[in-house]
Amino acid sequence: MTVQTKKRSGASKNRSESSRAVINESGIEIKTVYTEQDLEKSGGVEMVGLPGEYPFTRGIHKEMYRKRPWTMRQYTGFGNPEDTNERFKFLIENGQTGLNVAFDLPSQIGMDSDDELATGEIGRVGMAVDSLRDFETAFDGIDLEKITVSLTVNGSAAIMIAMYLAMAEKRGYDIAGLRGTAQNDILKEFIGRGTWIFPVEASIKLVADTIEYCARHAPKYSPVSVCGYHIRESGADPAQEMAYGFCIAKAYMDMVLARGLDVDEFASRLSFNFNIYGNIFEQVAKFRAGRSLWAKIVKEEYGATNPRSMVLRMIAGGGGSGLTKEQPEVNIVRGAYYALISALSGAQTMALCCFDEAYTIPSEDAQRLSLRTMQLLIEEMGLCDTVDPLAGSYYVETLTNQMRARMTEVMQSVDEQGGIIKMVAEGTIQSQVSAQAYELLQDVESGEFPKVGVNCYQVEEDEPEVEYHPYAQDDARRQIERLEQLRDERDTAAVKAALQKLADDARAEVSVMPAIMAAVKTYATVGEMTDTLVSVYGRYDEPVRF
Amino acid sequence: MSTRRIRVLIAKPGLDGHDRGAKIVVRALMDAGYEVIYTGLRQPPEAVAQVALEEDVDVIGLSSLAGSHLSYCERLKQQLIDAGLDDRLWIIGGSIPAQDQQTLKEIGLDGVFPAGSELQEIVDFINERCK
Repeated sequence: MTVQTKKRSGASKNRSESSRAVINESGIEIKTVYTEQDLEKSGGVEMVGLPGEYPFTRGIHKEMYRKRPWTMRQYTGFGNPEDTNERFKFLIENGQTGLNVAFDLPSQIGMDSDDELATGEIGRVGMAVDSLRDFETAFDGIDLEKITVSLTVNGSAAIMIAMYLAMAEKRGYDIAGLRGTAQNDILKEFIGRGTWIFPVEASIKLVADTIEYCARHAPKYSPVSVCGYHIRESGADPAQEMAYGFCIAKAYMDMVLARGLDVDEFASRLSFNFNIYGNIFEQVAKFRAGRSLWAKIVKEEYGATNPRSMVLRMIAGGGGSGLTKEQPEVNIVRGAYYALISALSGAQTMALCCFDEAYTIPSEDAQRLSLRTMQLLIEEMGLCDTVDPLAGSYYVETLTNQMRARMTEVMQSVDEQGGIIKMVAEGTIQSQVSAQAYELLQDVESGEFPKVGVNCYQVEEDEPEVEYHPYAQDDARRQIERLEQLRDERDTAAVKAALQKLADDARAEVSVMPAIMAAVKTYATVGEMTDTLVSVYGRYDEPVRF
Repeated sequence: MSTRRIRVLIAKPGLDGHDRGAKIVVRALMDAGYEVIYTGLRQPPEAVAQVALEEDVDVIGLSSLAGSHLSYCERLKQQLIDAGLDDRLWIIGGSIPAQDQQTLKEIGLDGVFPAGSELQEIVDFINERCK
């Protein structure tokens, strides 16, 4: 795809230059005024419909927030499972309605805490997990039916999903009725975020294993949350964010369909994760357009007949790249606008980056402030009163049609370039997204793309007083001690046999999920299971191209 | 005067996968006319020192966003000394708290470019110090 030279919305420094073109981040030119004629020209109201009905432009439920406000799910986790359990309970006491688990990097890329490469990283950016025992501790005392849990993990997701299901089973829940989500979107990890482990093909095969396993054994569980979010954070524009996400979702679906499952057996459990920073109207149009485009794809390309298979369920949150290090308190205001975008867009779940997050793991106060931001919208601002309140605006409906067309173009361009799997494996998509990030930064540095506090309205500021989250060496040491203790206590022969079975199944190219479930229950560790799979699949070799 | 172009190694230390910044810096340094070698993700200190030695770079640049920079740089320092590379320009960028900047200089970093630094500052710094 060619990268356009863009003058972005709001980019005009001199407001009197009204003749200057305003073009949004997705490359769509914005008019001064919209009328019925513009809407007709863009495709009319054919795709608008009603909430809860195909093509779901206006929302995936009839009553949306009237019936139940969005789930509040702040991204949380640090230190060892005890520390994280304590913070989970703090958030629940403050009105949070779901959990969103952050894992440390060793856990995310399949290393045990006593691995030499984990030095200095244990519990640093998330909770350390080595075995099922850590899951038991982290979720102790939390009602898993009342509070749904989302696991933000990808490379080692198959293992973490198994640990979650095994932990729930052990506590007496019937996993056939258990709800919850895992991020488990490995293709986007190759584009941004980077917690891959295995080569591309094997990685997608593992995702398909988890989808198939959940469809058969935990049909209410969402095994994948496809993330446009991180692709946008890496430099993609809003239309590309959603289009690339859909290409990735289709790649997983194709893999599962090839195993003989029917699309209606699993598509309703696919979920999505998109970003909320940027121009308000462009984002709202993005979500409305995305919902109808996805519904159309699943219905027309995949032949789904159950309307629930066609709905774009999503967490719309974050906004990390929109926040600034400069004047960090301004991020509180940005966060409030981002939450507004998410609510106006009809997201099922919301998570907000905290104002101090450019500096550190958020403090309790910062996390509570993010919760209060969302609670204000629910309780005081009338965001839950009526569904899709921006519907019918000439501007929003026109832009929704244009964004849908733009996303379709991007998806076609991916197909023309050989498909998303090929582009990821060869590094072409990474290179394109990174080139756009470079271009954007140059526009920020030149002032072409305004960023309050960064290139306009700056103040002389010392580094603000931020409460840095301390890195607890003691916690790391305790985590290693407990791992050593676990290795002494467990049934070594059972672990060995379970790992052998895992290797055999991986070699036989059958689904490895049953073997991972069995291994998890013997308290085999994340590192042991990952190493076993690496011995069969090998490791990803990162293509570096500019 | 040598006509050899300045050679810069950009590395992603530790396990962090956030490479938007590193890749932007690579592009900016290439545009500035340097020869740039980018390691890709997850480089342990031994690997960074090894590549720096093999490629005979003038500058070793790290991009760290997940907070493990202090312990990492301490370990890398020993590797650089062992490889005879402690005379090379050594810089770091990313999520670096102000309170750590002095400690990094004491470890031996020549330049610290926390998030928000302009690309030109990095280019100018290298130009100035690699004359």
